[in-house]
Parts: sequence; C-alpha cells; structure tokens
Amino acid sequence: MIQFLFYFLSFVAVAAGLMVVTAKNPVHSVLYLIIAFFAIAGHYILLNAQFLAIVHIIVYAGAIMVLFLSVIMLLNLNNDNEPAKSNVLKLAAAVAAGLLLVTFTGALKGTESIIAAQPFDDQIGYVKALGKVLFNDFLLPFEVSALLLLSAIIGAVVLVKHDLK
Amino acid sequence: MFTPELIFKIVLIVAVFAITLLIAMYSTYGERKIAAFMQDRLGPNRAGIFGILQPLADGVKMFMKEELIPNMSNKVLFILGPCLAMTTALMTSAIIPWGSEITLFGNTFNLQITDLNIGVLYVFAVTSIGVYGIMIGGWASNNKYSLLGALRASSQMISYEIAMGLAIIALIMSTGTLSMREIAAAQAGFHWNIFVQPLGFLIFIICAFAETNRAPFDLPECETELIGGYHTEYSSMKLGFYLFAEYINMFVASAVISTLYFGGYNFPFMNDMGLSSNAIAILGVVFLFAKIFFFIFFFMWIRWTIPRFRYDQLMRLGWKVLIPLAIFNILLTGAIIFATN
Repeated sequence: MIQFLFYFLSFVAVAAGLMVVTAKNPVHSVLYLIIAFFAIAGHYILLNAQFLAIVHIIVYAGAIMVLFLSVIMLLNLNNDNEPAKSNVLKLAAAVAAGLLLVTFTGALKGTESIIAAQPFDDQIGYVKALGKVLFNDFLLPFEVSALLLLSAIIGAVVLVKHDLK
Repeated sequence: MFTPELIFKIVLIVAVFAITLLIAMYSTYGERKIAAFMQDRLGPNRAGIFGILQPLADGVKMFMKEELIPNMSNKVLFILGPCLAMTTALMTSAIIPWGSEITLFGNTFNLQITDLNIGVLYVFAVTSIGVYGIMIGGWASNNKYSLLGALRASSQMISYEIAMGLAIIALIMSTGTLSMREIAAAQAGFHWNIFVQPLGFLIFIICAFAETNRAPFDLPECETELIGGYHTEYSSMKLGFYLFAEYINMFVASAVISTLYFGGYNFPFMNDMGLSSNAIAILGVVFLFAKIFFFIFFFMWIRWTIPRFRYDQLMRLGWKVLIPLAIFNILLTGAIIFATN
C-alpha cells in the first residue's frame, strides 16, 4: 500500500514537474507546480513528517504560489511578447540540466547501503519532537534564520517608504 | 476489513457531509429571513409554510438556468474554479470534533472524523489554499471585473491569514497542543478559551470574516464596483457552487470558532449533573450546533448591520492594526505564561 502510494505520488510529482516546463500557458505552469508541491507534501506524510508536510502546503502552495499566480495573471503573458531565445542558449541550458542530473545520480547512488546512525523514531516528524529538537539542539541556527526573515521584512518596509531619505 | 471503527467513520463522514450541505442550504434561507427582519420586510414566504421550501426552489432554479461559458474563457479552468471552491470549503470539517466519545454496542467511538496532531495547522492550510477556487475562476473568465475580484480576494486572504495565524499561535501557546480534540477537551465545563484569549478571539473572528469573504469584507464581489466580482461570468449551478461554497465556509468557520474559543462540544456543569457519558456526548453535539448556529447568525447580523469597507481601509486594518495587535497578544500570552510558571 505504502509502496503503491510512493510510486503514485512520485509519478504525479514528476509528471507535474514536466508539465511546468512544457506547458504553453504560464498560468498552467503555476497550477502544475502547485500539484507538484502537493505530491511532495504527500511524500513528507509517507515519511511521517506531518508538520513538514503541512508547513510545506501553507508556505509554498498557500502563500508563495498565490503571489506567483497573481503576478502572472497581471502580466498577461502570451506568445506574442515572449522573448525568443537563441539556440546556443537552449543548448547550454540542456547541457547544464543534464550535468545536474548526472551530479544528482552520482550523489544519490549508493545511499541505500548507508546504515542509519540511529534507529528510526516514528515520532521524529511530530510537532512535539520537532519543537524539542529545534529549541534545544538547534536554537542558534533557528534564531539566525529568524533574524534573516526579520531583516527581509524590514527591507520590504524600507523599500515601500518613498519619503524615507 | 470492515471493523466497527471503519463503519462508524464512514457513517460519520456521510453524516457530516449531508449536515454541512443541509445547513449551507438553509443558511441561504436564514440569511434572507434575517435580512428581511432587519429591514422590516417579510422575506421569502411563498414556497411552503413560512417559505421553508425556498432553498429547494432556488436549487431547482439554479439547475434549470442556461449554462453559459464565455467564448474567450479558458474552459477547463473555468469549470475547475467552482469545483475547487466547493472542495476546499468541505475539507476543513474532517478534523472538527463534533462531540466527545460515544459508546455504541460496546465499542467506544470518537465523534470526529480524524484527529491530526497538527489539527490547527490543517485548518490553516485549507484556508490558505481556499483562495485558488476564486483566483482560477476569476482569471479563467477572461473578464476585467472578474480578474479584479480575484486579485482582491487573493491579496485580502493573504493579508488576513497572517493575523489569523498569529492569533492561533497565541492560542496554541496557552493550550499547549495543536490537536483540535485536545483543545476541545481542555475546555471542559466552562473553561472556555475565550476567557483566556479574548484579544486573540477578536482578531480571529475579524480574520474569519475576511477569509470567508463576508461583509464587511466582501470586496471581491463588491457589486457597486465590480458587478459581481470573480463570479461575474458564471451562471447556472457553477454560480450556485460559488455561492454555496461561501455558506459552507461560513458554517465551517463558525464550527472552528466554536471549537477553538467557545468550548466546542463542552457546556457548563456537564460533569456535575450525573449524566451518562453517552447523554453528555449527545447533549454536547446539540450544544456545539447551538454555538455554530449562533455564529452563523452573528455572520449575518454583521452583514446587514455594518457597511462595506473601502479597499485601502481593509488593507490598513489588516496590516497596520490586526497584525501588530496579534503580535502584542503573543507577547502578552508569553509574559503571562512566564509569570505564572
């Protein structure tokens, strides 16, 4: 059952990912990307990481993609005003993507033989366990990333204040 | 395969689905009757006694109307829009605890479809994807009014989601759990969260109005400026789905507010009257629905009392009043928890 779900979700994720690239209409691309995000959230649930799955949906599908979608809707993109890319550029992109694939395959090859340092804890993805780990073992990185977000918020406020000289 | 647990859950799912649709149906009737009462009119009174069959007549009318799909629209997305709006509206009811435990034929069942340990976040996630139905429908209509309505809906929902999330964080801090069942159970008797989190409740209910696109925040379908907003081009049952989804959202939002802040299925003196646990469970369901009906009435009461905001006022309220207030509420909650421990 779980294996079937894994293959189903992987199929959806890969198919939606392909459609993001190949779809003619940018709005369709965004919608396929949302489907891909949901498939990945399903993978997180299969790994018992409920919190990560729901945050993934809230942040990516619920907030970032809504912004993407509204910007793309306003741009009203179509074939007429799409810049034509040269063949050299297309070739370079294909080679770069192929090299990335080779790198990933090389990096992931042989991971199944690695033995986990700790026995699998099925509570690890739950909010309680995650919160304890975040606030005990990784407090400093957690706070640093919070500061990063804070600086981004302040930056956004400063950018919209025109009269602030 | 068919354990009693599974059979009970299937019955519960069907029952919740049917009750949600029934209540949404009669909310339309209730809304018109309440509006009529507030404006000193009679309201619908032709179909059946007191017009009680009016929702059925409206439903038949919606199905019989001519189905129009604009020529220049994006057909697939045009049809997908109302479907998504309806689906996301129905999804939240899965984690609402409708009652405490009930014992039937020697088996104890939870009156809740499923208890996620991330329950509150699930509500939040469903709310945040609820905007897609409106956005997709508005864009696919290929109409400027629809697009403007869809954009208003998305920016409004993103803005108010932040304050809503921050209000929920303060609630989680004081209850110490994310599970809807545990939040409801912790409010046994009269220990309702409204007494612990009055400011959080105020922020939450204002955001709930904005998230359900109800007046005074119904800017996405503001008829004086945008004709019909995101559903201008819709007709027949597709329009019906959009209108219906709004009432379902209202019902579910009322259920969430009752569960989070007003004790859910708990009622005062529930454990002091010597009732059996089954009687408490059934009375609890009755009390929960009484609370839900009160909040649905409250939604309508506000709609027919307070005029609509202007769009810049809406954004100012969301970003400059509610979000700072919600952050202040978190700080206050933290300080009180720190002082009492």
